Amino acid sequence: MHMAHLLASSMGGIRAAGDLVARMQLSKKMRITEAKEYVADKLHVTPFDLSDPTMMRQLREELDIGTITGVPGIAKGLAAKARISQLLDIPINSVEQFKNKTGLHY
Amino acid sequence: MKIMTRMGDSSNVELTKSELRTEFEQGSEYAAKKAKIPVLTENEVDYLVDMFAAPTRIWGVQRGNEVVMTKDGCVNALNSSRMSSGVVAPVNREVGVRLFESMLGFDSMEISHNDYSVKPQRFLKALEMLHVELLMETTIFPLLYGFMPNLGLYYRPDGSFENPSDLMPIGKIDEARKTQEEAGKVCLEDCIEMSDCMVEMGADGIDFDTVASTGDAEFYSVLHACDHVANETGLPVEIGMSAEMVLGFHGQLEYNGKRLAGMWPHQQLQTCEEAGCAIFGPVSNTNTKKTVPWNLGKALTFVKACTEIAKIPVHPNVGMGVGGVPMFETPAVDVVTRCSAAMIEIGHADGL
Repeated sequence: MHMAHLLASSMGGIRAAGDLVARMQLSKKMRITEAKEYVADKLHVTPFDLSDPTMMRQLREELDIGTITGVPGIAKGLAAKARISQLLDIPINSVEQFKNKTGLHY
Repeated sequence: MKIMTRMGDSSNVELTKSELRTEFEQGSEYAAKKAKIPVLTENEVDYLVDMFAAPTRIWGVQRGNEVVMTKDGCVNALNSSRMSSGVVAPVNREVGVRLFESMLGFDSMEISHNDYSVKPQRFLKALEMLHVELLMETTIFPLLYGFMPNLGLYYRPDGSFENPSDLMPIGKIDEARKTQEEAGKVCLEDCIEMSDCMVEMGADGIDFDTVASTGDAEFYSVLHACDHVANETGLPVEIGMSAEMVLGFHGQLEYNGKRLAGMWPHQQLQTCEEAGCAIFGPVSNTNTKKTVPWNLGKALTFVKACTEIAKIPVHPNVGMGVGGVPMFETPAVDVVTRCSAAMIEIGHADGL
């Protein structure tokens, strides 16, 4: 059933920019249109582009915010989220916890 | 010409185009009458009839109209039993969550234990915290920690509190109310304890799922837990409901002066917003004796009434037995994809 919903309606997570839009819904309670516009503005693309895995695959690698396929050297996990936090200008809890634990700040 | 679609139990049924239209209209009228909300418009029913009359196996939203997915039940569909449509794959939840991120391309995910209620999860608190902590380091997409409040587990024979279902039939109404209030306090404490400990683990939010499954007393506890998590810890909260109407097992509980018993989805939404909720998940329960078009017409009417007034994102539940989807452990893609797309194109959902 998950596959059916993914094919019919989903932005595609880190295949495209679904994770970024989901972050805006969670952190700022933005509805879908506002969340897409916010992310698109930060990424300098259109809201339409955010669901396009062809465009976003390349852009995510350029921005170094994590890619769906395994690429050596590209930010993964917490490192990718730290870059997403800066890119979207929102605090991400796990990144803040990491900063607190390590004393690293930027 | 006959159009093949399905019943709410997933069995096939053939309808004429005229019958198909009537099913959508009657489902919508049912919801509108119950919740005192508008029915679907003629244009919206036109779209639905065209969608279901199309002979294609699957359907989807228009390009550009895609939304984000939130998830309940963690990776139960991978490693649990038939109860969760699970395939008992030999995959632990750490691997499962990574697969949902990378292989399936989910937009977000929820971490929880297979035994999905807060009461059993509280006994595994340290383990739950560790798995959240480790997954936060290795994943990119938002991860919520989740559970069902499931107030029913606090009553006998599973718990220590007297069962209101035993008290009410013998006329002990006051006692039934009191036991719900007392059990609700403990449930609230457990919800807060499990939520608070996930803040320092780095979770991106908390998902209260299948809310109000035991009625208004459970909803009351969840609203107060949501208020605490959202306003005191700052973590976003998603509330996914269990039914289209809050059952009044207690009958007198209020939140901000509003009686919880008998609330319909658009009223539940407003109350959840007041409690600080970030994402609301309305439910429309599938009637297995009705067709999928009837059930979808009902579900869309409830969802539209929410999205028209919502200040927060609305993610309708479209899993097995809700949101028009048949009550069957392997729901067919022909109807699931149609329910999925309709929630966005007609229901104007912000996610699923």
